[in-house]
Amino acid sequence: MATMKNEIDFLLHLADNALIIGHRNSEWCGHGPILEQDIAITNIALDYIGQARNFYQHAAALINQNPTGIDITQTGNDMVLPATEDSLAYLRDVREFKNLLITEIPNGDWAHTTLRLFLLSAFELELFMQLLQHTDAQVAAIAEKSIKEVSYHVKWSQDWVLRLGDGTEESKQRMQAAIEAIWPYTGELFIQPDYATAACLDYAAIQAAWNKKVLAVFEEAGLHIPSKTFVQKGGADGMHTEHLGYILAEMQYLQRAYPNSEW
Amino acid sequence: MEQDLEKIFQDKIDREVRIEPKDWMPEKYRQTLIRQISQHAHSEIIGMLPEGNWITRAPSLRRKAILLAKVQDEAGHGLYLYSAAETLGISRDQMYDQLHTGKAKYSSIFNYPTLSWADMGVIGWLVDGAAIMNQVPLCRSSFGPYARAMVRVCKEESFHQRQGFEILHVLSKGTEAQRRMAQDAINRWWWPSLMMFGPKDDESPNSIQSMQWKIKRFSNDELRQKFVDVCAEQVKVLGFTLPDKDLKWNEARGHYDFGPINWDEFWQVVQGNGPCNKERLDARKKAWEEGAWVRDAALAYANKKAKQKQQAAA
Repeated sequence: MATMKNEIDFLLHLADNALIIGHRNSEWCGHGPILEQDIAITNIALDYIGQARNFYQHAAALINQNPTGIDITQTGNDMVLPATEDSLAYLRDVREFKNLLITEIPNGDWAHTTLRLFLLSAFELELFMQLLQHTDAQVAAIAEKSIKEVSYHVKWSQDWVLRLGDGTEESKQRMQAAIEAIWPYTGELFIQPDYATAACLDYAAIQAAWNKKVLAVFEEAGLHIPSKTFVQKGGADGMHTEHLGYILAEMQYLQRAYPNSEW
Repeated sequence: MEQDLEKIFQDKIDREVRIEPKDWMPEKYRQTLIRQISQHAHSEIIGMLPEGNWITRAPSLRRKAILLAKVQDEAGHGLYLYSAAETLGISRDQMYDQLHTGKAKYSSIFNYPTLSWADMGVIGWLVDGAAIMNQVPLCRSSFGPYARAMVRVCKEESFHQRQGFEILHVLSKGTEAQRRMAQDAINRWWWPSLMMFGPKDDESPNSIQSMQWKIKRFSNDELRQKFVDVCAEQVKVLGFTLPDKDLKWNEARGHYDFGPINWDEFWQVVQGNGPCNKERLDARKKAWEEGAWVRDAALAYANKKAKQKQQAAA
């Protein structure tokens, strides 16, 4: 049972990551700096919502197969059964969300948004590669599908880090400022959550590959990592920034205001 | 000479031969098309805002995904309509400038606020429905790039319309609160939707020439009547009503009669005094102005790379 609970928690962690970063990217829709890029970031948001659905659906199936014996909640709220992708996304509160903090911090300017996506998706690419070896074939299948999308997210965001880092004086300053602001949230990427117990996972290897990738791009763009940093952490265990509450208040408003309705 | 060209041009139009960007065309034909196509492109881009307003609040993940894809489609429509207009010798930046300075118009429907989730259904059903009614004949517009762009736009729009109707259908089967939400949305959007067909025929200054040039195929009032006839039937399927006490089947005409449109309201909104005119334009201007440094950086980087490539080749 412990293994099953771990897998469910890990799936929720992946789903929450995808949902919250999808939400943040979707905030750009209609407000992007270039029409083509507005379309691109909306498409990326759509990819993430799709990934979130895949992970939530699988988590819901596992929860419903094991309705007793799994204490899925952290804050004492009863889990709504049967679980669905929507009950998991819309009816859990801040302390139950397991997304990384880097996904929930506000978008900031285009430099912050593209840098955040680069740092996150470079991590996800390595993580999902490992998940191809997951003993649960469904997890491996979702990872395989997601890798195609994430590879594009890495390429797209990397191009923006290079372009802005090596563009104008202003864009370089803005990209460097984004690095200073977001870097403290990158340490959490490599803290293996207690429930991430699948044998295929090797967070040290993810970190090594990520470091290599990120440093190479920064070097090409003439950017540098901050000398003094502190690691902000806790999201994966439900300790969030104040921002997540507002995301959920907005996202969950209809489900909360009109309970038990079909949409 | 000019007269000969004009004669050849009108002859092509009469024979239903498409006019292409490199063909000779009267200056007024070119200007009319630039005005109409850019207005249409701006409508797509501004139209992203009222629906974009609900992406972060969509009530289920499935609805969120559909809405994101839909608004993304609108951006795509804007993109190929701007491209079609560019074949007539105007740049996208010039068109943006006309939008931001108020010189170019966009569909006044997008100056109304989206107040509930049901508005996403009604915009699909009525607003996209009216747009399709206007746009299907444009697939046969005399100007080739516009007609071809419209073929693709119409395919996607009819998909959007079905999605909108489906949102309302689900609400119609839902709770009392959901039914109230849907009826309220229909009440708010019905009349503005009828205004989407433009002024009455006798007050539409550009219509006659556009019909002669086959840019337009049907008059504003003809299309409006067709729309009313369709919606009056569809609303019955939903079990809702249209907010018009004069709406009544007229056997002799073979059409629905409907009540008077508030043209004062229409002209107020066209002139910039609708409930959201300022917000919509401000949002576009903000995106454009705050994106300037991004576009500058992208250009500087592209130039740098091109130069490096040149030096490497030399």
